[in-house]
Amino acid sequence: MKLLFEESSQGRHLDLIPDCDTPEYRLSDDALRKRQARLPELSEVDLSRHYTQLAKQTHGVNDGFYPLGSCTMKYNPRIDEEMAGLEGFADIHPLQGQDSVQGSLEVIYRTKELLCEITGMDDMTLQPAAGAHGEYTGLLLIRKYHLDRGDTERVNIIVPDSAHGTNPASATMAGFKVINVPSNAEGGVDLDELRKVVGKDTAGLMLTNPNTLGLFDPNILEITKIIHEVGGLCYYDGANLNAIMGRVRPGDMGFDCIHLNLHKTFATPHGGGGPGSGPVGCKEFLRDYLPGKMTGKNENGYYLYTPAKTMGQVRSFYGNFLVVVKALTYILTLGKEGVKEASGKAVLNANYMKERLRKYYDVAYDTTCMHEFVLCLERLKKEKGVSAMDVAKASLDYGIHPPTMYFPLIVHEALMFEPTETESKEVIDEAVDVYVEIYEKAQSDPEYLHSAPHHCPITRPNETEAARNPILKYEWQD
Amino acid sequence: MGYVPDSALKQKEMLKVIGVDSVDDLYHQVPEEVRLKDLNIPEGKSELEVSRIMKGLAAKNVHYSSVFRGAGSYRHYIPAIVRGITSKEEFLTAYTPYQAEISQGVLQSIFEYQTQICELTGLDVSNASVYDGAVAAAEAIFMSLERNKNEAIIAGTINPETLEVIKTYCESRSVKLIVLEGEGYKTDIGELRKHLSEQTACFYVQSPNYYGVIEDVEKLAEAVHEYKARMIEGVNPISLGLLKTPGEMNVDIAVGEGQPLGMSLGFGGPYLGFMACTKELTRRLPGRIVGQTTDSQGNRCFVLTLQAREQHIRREKASSNICSNEALCAMTASVYLASMGPSGLEKVARSCLNNAHYLEQELAKLGFERVSKDEYFNEFVTTCPMDPAVLEKKLSEKEILMGLVLNDRILWCATELNDRNDIDGLIEAIKEVI
Amino acid sequence: MFKNPEELKYAKTHEWLKEEGDVCVVGLTDYAQDSLGDIVFVNLPAVDDEVKAGESFGDVESVKAVSDVFSPVTGKVVEINEEVVDNPALVNEDPYGAWLIKVAEVSEKDELIGSEEYAALCEEEH
Repeated sequence: MKLLFEESSQGRHLDLIPDCDTPEYRLSDDALRKRQARLPELSEVDLSRHYTQLAKQTHGVNDGFYPLGSCTMKYNPRIDEEMAGLEGFADIHPLQGQDSVQGSLEVIYRTKELLCEITGMDDMTLQPAAGAHGEYTGLLLIRKYHLDRGDTERVNIIVPDSAHGTNPASATMAGFKVINVPSNAEGGVDLDELRKVVGKDTAGLMLTNPNTLGLFDPNILEITKIIHEVGGLCYYDGANLNAIMGRVRPGDMGFDCIHLNLHKTFATPHGGGGPGSGPVGCKEFLRDYLPGKMTGKNENGYYLYTPAKTMGQVRSFYGNFLVVVKALTYILTLGKEGVKEASGKAVLNANYMKERLRKYYDVAYDTTCMHEFVLCLERLKKEKGVSAMDVAKASLDYGIHPPTMYFPLIVHEALMFEPTETESKEVIDEAVDVYVEIYEKAQSDPEYLHSAPHHCPITRPNETEAARNPILKYEWQD
Repeated sequence: MGYVPDSALKQKEMLKVIGVDSVDDLYHQVPEEVRLKDLNIPEGKSELEVSRIMKGLAAKNVHYSSVFRGAGSYRHYIPAIVRGITSKEEFLTAYTPYQAEISQGVLQSIFEYQTQICELTGLDVSNASVYDGAVAAAEAIFMSLERNKNEAIIAGTINPETLEVIKTYCESRSVKLIVLEGEGYKTDIGELRKHLSEQTACFYVQSPNYYGVIEDVEKLAEAVHEYKARMIEGVNPISLGLLKTPGEMNVDIAVGEGQPLGMSLGFGGPYLGFMACTKELTRRLPGRIVGQTTDSQGNRCFVLTLQAREQHIRREKASSNICSNEALCAMTASVYLASMGPSGLEKVARSCLNNAHYLEQELAKLGFERVSKDEYFNEFVTTCPMDPAVLEKKLSEKEILMGLVLNDRILWCATELNDRNDIDGLIEAIKEVI
Repeated sequence: MFKNPEELKYAKTHEWLKEEGDVCVVGLTDYAQDSLGDIVFVNLPAVDDEVKAGESFGDVESVKAVSDVFSPVTGKVVEINEEVVDNPALVNEDPYGAWLIKVAEVSEKDELIGSEEYAALCEEEH
């Protein structure tokens, strides 16, 4: 399909703003660009059709099942969008006087209170714009805490080998050295290995629980104790909170600070990659280090303040505020029972799907899972030459977004499924039937799967060529 | 009370297949002593009740009909087609386009966005976005670091929000920061030269700067390049409808806040950090990048590319940790630019310029004197002949948000929305107060 | 089967080494390029950089993986293969022709193995 620039026709335009009615002002020629930017020249109907075509070539949660592991692709309620679009939120300048933005500050304050209760934290910043941004912020909290106490030797952040790639990358950005610890045979943290690497140089541990295998680590209290005993802090990666919200809280498991992904657990849409929101919560003893522009409340109303020993700001203003509006709408809708019901159904759906699939595929760790589970297709690869990639690509032809492929790294030929709570039994049954059909195809006609998908807008792209000879923008033929 | 579709009966069927009695049984790995007894948040509510609560909160904000405040966030006209397109559920509810075969729509739109950012900035390569303009500036500094170049010089005239973020980022990576001092509203090249050295990795300047002034970017870049350091420019994308591009001024990396390109003020977000650079720096760009390739049938298609730079592959060795970005905001900017077209964007930029200069002229008549003589785009600083706090309060009562108070001065802003009628209204209102 | 020329020496981390007088030439083995898949980018040190035996001096990227390349010797980089930087596919096409770096002033060498022993190691890992 054509690019905007290829559809452009000279002189075509939309009448969007009136002619300027103030006197013409001329800047010196030296300040001006030599020629106009080559933006496309289109009519409104051109634009509308262009993007309608693009929408048809985009699979969202609203198009079908989206069991992309670790991403919590639950349904995004329309009311949340409507509330974020209210003029009283959307058209408010971030530098208005504080008495003129009491509604916005209350949104921030109430969201913070609700999320603190759900996670067992004492305070929270909503400034980070995404999960990785939250990790970075949380690690800076840990860094500030140690440095403020004159504890300059704590340079190591411990990360399990099953962790999201953002964990080690964030630790490096925050100025730490990363120490990887292996998993044990049950998929949890190997306690002996953990004991070996902790010490006076331990700044903290980053952990997600349930972990990326979808397993709740039963040794969690021992793990956080080991870290605390050597003076380190425990950081909770909230990517998988959807499994446990309303049932057990990171704060009660021994975590000192956390980040959440509002665009996962709290139903705000991913927008094709963002915007997200990655609030960071912490225990009382860390709150003075939180980023600037916190919201407080006193008898006169809500106000902005900067914590005493702040780490500084990680983003301008107050973060992705309109995403927070959506999350608050969602939490108010669910309420105390709804939150618990959501996590329970997410876990039920994952176990149900796993139970039905395990008759055909190998489960990496075949035990009760939380909100997601990982299949290991090594056997299928060896016996039939059919890879995790082949199975994933084949499911595209059935209108299913594939599970996360080749992650976590500790499972070979991994496929990670996260059905989420908003899918019904019927949808999951249909999806299982699809994966069974693909399994049978792998036995009878593996070649067919190597070249899948067969019914999508494109076939498999040549990614090698894309990386070897990058074409990163449209080139005009003139 | 939620979005769980299955009845208790159906859930029972599922539990039976799994072989357990209740959902609670699935949590048997959770230690008994930490299981939550009671979640202390309010009961769930219907959609109507929640919408009443949220509308009530929105009503507690003051919505101004007339805004003369910018300072990093700008109220512009947002064409109806922009929201129409970006609220399509396919775009709204998709994840990062990992599976190219069913994500060509998002991928192509990012490729188009990258092309438009390159056209606006006059540079070779753009990424798919970062969180906001301030983070884009910080990431650009990281892109410039070399093994033996670990100092970043920052103009003193940049947006203070951006400076705050740069400070945080640079401290954690032990980058030495030098912020240029000086009284003026424009960067003094002599002051820059005092600090340039072999250790300088980059110089970051914003133009138009925080005070609206157009900086001598070309001359500054020349000085910076003498030390083999990188020149980074923060730009207002609307100004590039008119002003000389970073590319034309030998800038290595251009960054900026993309909010003016079709995003609402939104009390500060979501916004859009855009980044563009010269070809030589391509692989140092953080975050997602979309590239063109062909599928196995030879058809043109688009994929996420150069991924081995990123955190999910490089882990602790990645140069940035960014994963989620601001994809939908990038699409918003792209639709905005496509709807404006080359002439429309220039018209918006010219209107901003003209309206701001008319505003300056009219304010001067009332004793608000501009404090600098340098050329500016659509923001400028004046004195204030009365107590600015009183003025702000009085104007607020008339639904006018005046310029931002900087101590005893005021930073004014005009966009295409502040036409003659709007400005005359402000002037009349001030006359009543003075 | 993978090609492992007899005249070369091999590191267990899958680099090969050829001695040309005082200069050591380092590249990736056939086994390494095969297990990495299509190589899309090669990240090499600069001329005059120091490399240390057993330590990473650069990395190679395939579409979805990145692998460190380790130096079998300690010394100073005197030349890098610009051709490979421009066209990383050469490593896949001709791993023993597409050398990566040349090292001089060699002060220390890792324990390297011969082609037969290396072939056995590849067999084991495969």
